Amino acid sequence: MSARARLGQIVAPVALVVVTGLVGALFARQTEIYFISALISVVIVVALHVFVGNSGVLSFGHASFVAVGAWAAGVLSVPVDEKAAIFPALFPVLGEHTVGNVASLCVAAAVGGAYALVIGMPLMRLSGLAAGIATFAVLEITHNVLRYWDRIGPGTNSFSSVPETTGIVQAAAGAAIAIVVAFGYQTSRYGRQLRATREDAAAARAVGIPIVRQRLWAFALSGALAGLGGGLLVHFLPISTEDAYLNLTFITLAMLVIGGVGSLWGAVVGALAVSALDSFLAEAESGLELGGRTLDVPSGSRLILVGLLMALTLVLRPSGLTGGREFSAPRLTRPPEPPTAERGAAA
Amino acid sequence: MTGVLAALNVQTVVDAVGLGAIYALMAVGIGLVFGVLRLVNFAYGQLVMAGAFALALSSDWDWPAGAGIALCLVVVVVLSMAMNVLVFRPLRSQSPAVMLVATFAVAFFLQSVALIWFGPLGKPASSLASLNRPVTIGDVDIRKITIVAVIVAAICLVALVLLLERTTIGLHMRAAAMDFGTARLLGVRAERVIGTAVLISGILAAAVAVLLTVQSPLVTPGFGLNQTIVVLAGVVVGGMNRLLSATLGGFSIGFVSGLLGGALPTAQSQYLPSVVFGLVILVLLIRPGGLFARAAVAERV
Repeated sequence: MSARARLGQIVAPVALVVVTGLVGALFARQTEIYFISALISVVIVVALHVFVGNSGVLSFGHASFVAVGAWAAGVLSVPVDEKAAIFPALFPVLGEHTVGNVASLCVAAAVGGAYALVIGMPLMRLSGLAAGIATFAVLEITHNVLRYWDRIGPGTNSFSSVPETTGIVQAAAGAAIAIVVAFGYQTSRYGRQLRATREDAAAARAVGIPIVRQRLWAFALSGALAGLGGGLLVHFLPISTEDAYLNLTFITLAMLVIGGVGSLWGAVVGALAVSALDSFLAEAESGLELGGRTLDVPSGSRLILVGLLMALTLVLRPSGLTGGREFSAPRLTRPPEPPTAERGAAA
Repeated sequence: MTGVLAALNVQTVVDAVGLGAIYALMAVGIGLVFGVLRLVNFAYGQLVMAGAFALALSSDWDWPAGAGIALCLVVVVVLSMAMNVLVFRPLRSQSPAVMLVATFAVAFFLQSVALIWFGPLGKPASSLASLNRPVTIGDVDIRKITIVAVIVAAICLVALVLLLERTTIGLHMRAAAMDFGTARLLGVRAERVIGTAVLISGILAAAVAVLLTVQSPLVTPGFGLNQTIVVLAGVVVGGMNRLLSATLGGFSIGFVSGLLGGALPTAQSQYLPSVVFGLVILVLLIRPGGLFARAAVAERV
């Protein structure tokens, strides 16, 4: 692969994120939030891609890394004098300290990464359905514990008094960082080894690639990015445990699959496309109410359309919008590279 | 004191068997479709939910219980067949991940429809509520529904075994579950086999809907979702490659949840899911191929 083509693969997704941020900044706050939320989705879907896309193993557990990241950043950034009121049962260590915005995001990433590393150590030996169900079990346990253990967070309540520092700039910066980290990883030695195990586990093992260890690194890195996404999320909305549970798992996996599993470009495109669709339908919903007649559209009707359109995309274009390929500039002289070309380059 | 404790334990065991029976039925429904399609149907819980809403509506309209059950059966079977034709068939050649996410999308879609149609608070289904009354045998109060659940599960399983072992279509289904490509070469009709599996899985979902609505009559859009997640875990823990081990897995996870639910002190009972899923992880780590799978098949490398 030429250096120029590789440059395009990193510049294109970053540029897309920056443009999204710039366009979002043009709008008033009530529209801007759609863009912020889309950019946070990019962070989480890119995190998911780092593991799922590169290893080919499904994970339903990433919402739990988002949750622990959000919990870490949220609990630590509430001002000390408000903590007693919001988290009455909090551990004293957590109650006596408050950290700034950037520090809390770093902590979120660190906690997400550490959590993924610890969980991954036993779990990465599994593959296929067993891995899927085991990561699902992690999600259930994390959700259950965060929901009922009020010594480490708000329990069944939502977060409140977390400084709302995630504006369009922070969201875009977070997304860009996630993309750069993911790209750096997948073009590194470790990333290429993991991608080799995805294509042919037996051949990869035969040339001496430690499959479990490579999966574990990717899992930890992807947990860290998901934790960062959680940190950004808690600084954006007063979230509760339900916001980092089944719906988030579903929507982020759907974004990844709709974009095209296996490429960073697919993760970014999928996250933005599904977010755009969702936001557009949300706007259309309130637009119907404005259009003269008082059409009482129930708040969930856009969910129907999103679910329907996702199923439709999968039926009509199962390999996703990007076909699981990285970005490549349209060529005028040669036909586009076949999908196997990159595999050859990675080996 | 010890007498009370023993009675309580028998009570817990009986309730756990009832829960296990329902979960076993769901496990068969999920396992049958997995056998022929290699597809994990996450939307199975929404089939149950749809059936439960059919029951709720029919009790709203004051239909007799039999008509309600018939409506439930029709709704679930039609929905199940529609899912097969509209979603499973076009995606059959895709990777398991794509198929799983597609069933996610279907689940999401059906749940949203229910949310709009019936609202987040749901509807009560009360026409069969009399089955909730207990029968006292010795010191143990057994809810009639527990007995019904066990009997229904037993009948369904026996009927299914007879179908699989004694009929041509059953033979075809077993062949297809073993090796679909070869089975087709030998003259097994793919559409018929898949259609039958989906049909039976739908009938089982309807039976589960009836049993679950008796146990918890308030039907909400999230009805059946948690059970599906638990049963999916149970099916994989049991071993997905054989219907028997999948069914045993479903039964076990229901039975164990029931036992733990009775055994955990009240203050800790909110952590029941953590304990159950912790066990799931543990079993998967020890026996990734499934607890009840035949001699562990070495990973093909």
